[in-house]
Amino acid sequence: MIRLEKRPQASQAFSWAAPVLAVLATMFFGGLLFAALGKDPLASITTIFWQPLFGDFAFYYRPQLLIKGAPLVLIAIGLSLGFKAGIWNIGAEGQYIMGAIFGAAAGLAFYPTESVLIFPFMILAGALGGWIWAMIPAILKVKFGTNEILVSLMLVYVAEQFLASMALGLLKNPEGFGFPGSRNLQQYGSAHNAELIAGSGMHWGVVAALIAVIFAYVLLARHRLGFAIRVTGEAPRAAKFSGVNPTRLVLFCMGMSGLLAGLAGMFEVAGPAGQVTIDFNVGYGFTAIIVAFLGRLHPFGILLAGGLMALTYIGGDIAQSQLGLPAAAIQVFQGMLLFFLLAFDLFTNYRLRMGRAEVA
Amino acid sequence: MNNPPLLALSGLTKAYPGVVANDDVSLTIAPGEVHALLGENGAGKSTLVKMIYGLVKPDSGTMQMHGTPFHPNEPRAARAAGVGMVFQHFSLFDALSVAENIALGMEDAPKLGTLSKQIRDVSEAYGLPLSPDRIVGDLSAGERQRVEIIRCLLQDPKLLIMDEPTSVLTPQEVEILFKTLRKLSAEGTAILYISHKLEEIRSLCDSATILRLGKVVGHCTPSETSARDMAEMMVGSILKTPLRTGKTPGDVLLDLRGLNAKSPSAFGMPLRDISVQVRAGEVLGIGGVAGNGQDELLAALSGENLSQPGMVFFKGYDIGQLSPIARRGLGILAAPEERLGHAAAPDMTLTENAMLTGAVREKLERRGMLNWPAATRFAERIIKEFDVRTPGPGNAARSLSGGNLQKFVIGREVLQRPEVLVVNQPTWGVDASAAASIRQALLDLAENGAAVIVISQDLDELMEISDRFAALNEGRLSEPRPAQGLTVDEIGLMMGGAHGMEVAHV
Repeated sequence: MIRLEKRPQASQAFSWAAPVLAVLATMFFGGLLFAALGKDPLASITTIFWQPLFGDFAFYYRPQLLIKGAPLVLIAIGLSLGFKAGIWNIGAEGQYIMGAIFGAAAGLAFYPTESVLIFPFMILAGALGGWIWAMIPAILKVKFGTNEILVSLMLVYVAEQFLASMALGLLKNPEGFGFPGSRNLQQYGSAHNAELIAGSGMHWGVVAALIAVIFAYVLLARHRLGFAIRVTGEAPRAAKFSGVNPTRLVLFCMGMSGLLAGLAGMFEVAGPAGQVTIDFNVGYGFTAIIVAFLGRLHPFGILLAGGLMALTYIGGDIAQSQLGLPAAAIQVFQGMLLFFLLAFDLFTNYRLRMGRAEVA
Repeated sequence: MNNPPLLALSGLTKAYPGVVANDDVSLTIAPGEVHALLGENGAGKSTLVKMIYGLVKPDSGTMQMHGTPFHPNEPRAARAAGVGMVFQHFSLFDALSVAENIALGMEDAPKLGTLSKQIRDVSEAYGLPLSPDRIVGDLSAGERQRVEIIRCLLQDPKLLIMDEPTSVLTPQEVEILFKTLRKLSAEGTAILYISHKLEEIRSLCDSATILRLGKVVGHCTPSETSARDMAEMMVGSILKTPLRTGKTPGDVLLDLRGLNAKSPSAFGMPLRDISVQVRAGEVLGIGGVAGNGQDELLAALSGENLSQPGMVFFKGYDIGQLSPIARRGLGILAAPEERLGHAAAPDMTLTENAMLTGAVREKLERRGMLNWPAATRFAERIIKEFDVRTPGPGNAARSLSGGNLQKFVIGREVLQRPEVLVVNQPTWGVDASAAASIRQALLDLAENGAAVIVISQDLDELMEISDRFAALNEGRLSEPRPAQGLTVDEIGLMMGGAHGMEVAHV
């Protein structure tokens, strides 16, 4: 008989080893999957993990890592605060969209005026957009006890409809020959989230993500509010006994995650994407959930996990184009990563025991 | 003519590390007999019935059913032998119907339609109105209990064990339950009835076995024994003389004026019109059967539950609307009964748990930033001064034994120099020497001018350390009386001997 036994206290070592083991297991079983598809497993894995960083065209892919990783990290940091306290904002995708719309609209309102104040104003507007969208489920939760998971998720679809309406209506480029989509912010100097160093991929969103990581680390490790978040997640009654106000905590965590998701959307629309279009969102808000857990809800872990996730995205694209791997296989590969993480995660709190269970 | 008894226990012993829960317990139950099991919390009642129901294996001793050996390994075996049990806490799924819940608990459940009919038949036969199609989430506590009872009755039990069945019932529901139990008894089903409520036992039970500290200390016929005599047997005939002699108490620190509070939880007990003053240097002991408002009273004082203005005063200031943090700032500290998950966060370290309530008074926090080295020093101080057995402050709270964690939790509050300290069950599950040192720490606090409120189920403890004693019953607090010279009879009365007279308020 094999059985699981609860550890007297959570294993620190295993909580850090689990992501590494999960990546290794994903490589192994992903390789088997690719082999079953008739591809060379070793080549596939190196294509995904090696090419973007050190391959012949790494000079092109490395900036892409920052561009794809930054929104993931930014959103995941916000989500992790709530997740730690047991507050489940699943609708970051919607908050990301609203941040982009608010940010773009704030910039386009001044077109074609040029001013250094426009970009900071857009940042505020983007943060506000995401925050408002997250406050809807938050307020419904604290006032009426609704489930924030369902409300925030459904608001993603509302945001998508709103995005389509904006791209086709209010924000449509008047000089766009009738094509859907807003003016391109990349061609509007004051509103363009340009690369800080040309060709590096480093834009303001990357800077914001790094600041968010440090901010979240200090908050969780050193600040009363971060402690309140952790206690609430571990033992809600103990948190209440110690004086945590659950209502305020829900509002803070939801608001913060919405704000950061909104920022991510704003930096994306003003930079890499450039335009408000119908298909602007590509699922960063959902992938960030995986990133948050892959990073063990720890700020630095999330930084690494965001990089890793961006790597599989870019590597996956390369593998698709060079090796002809189907897109679905790449998605399965990414799914495996979360699956193995959750599986190995079990051993943080439990250990395997061989032998017969003793009758109590 | 001497029929073998339905159930005969002889010499049952069960020891847990550090405590003998049952020591050489023997008793017999005849068919159709309603047998009461009496004793204070921790007297070993639960362990005993768990052995009969196959949840716990005795270390030694034998059980016989109808004169043949009976050794259930698991509840299924006990049920097959005709033993049914209704627990104090229900195990029902809110989202399922009554019939579905009952089907889940049966070994080979019939089709739902057939089962529904059986449920209707049984509920009519025993006067337990209950529709099988209703969703359990919509039922009252009394109705949920009926589901559990009917689940047992469908298995046609020879012996029905009921663990404090009336603790969650309204008086009307208690009446219905008693009718059912009398009918069952008349039909030959024996009932083993656990309760603290002596008057209930006097009206319902044919015989009683009294346990104290795991041992049988007496048998009696409840209808012929006064509640006073039973209480004396439960508590022990001699109550220890309090160590402290009456001294002049100081100013009034805590003043409750007609405190009313709803309970946040569904099974909780609302507080009703509680008025009491606690003075500096005084220990107020609050007794009473569990679930009569103890948790709610602590929550109302700690600030976990806020109260209406004009009900809770500290040094003359209305503090009813202040948060737990603000109250700690004033010097009002508390230690709840539930150690894991309420007084302490199980998976967090002792350092973090020291921070949990120590941040304000120990100045572990400055403008929102936490000083972890100082918290570690505070945790180390608690560990040292209260002799908490643990490798160090970096260990998780749940790695500590119950008694050691209790010492940590009490120590954490005592070391913060409270002006008012409220503790609930301060020595529950703590070994004798540790319990003595916790009590001494509480007395020392009072000696130094704090007002201490000790809520406890342990009457010996309350008599030992209290200056004044009051009892909680149905959310009301009796008039506090000097503990010195208080007789068992008087305590029994305060604890709810007269509870039948309160019906009109429910």
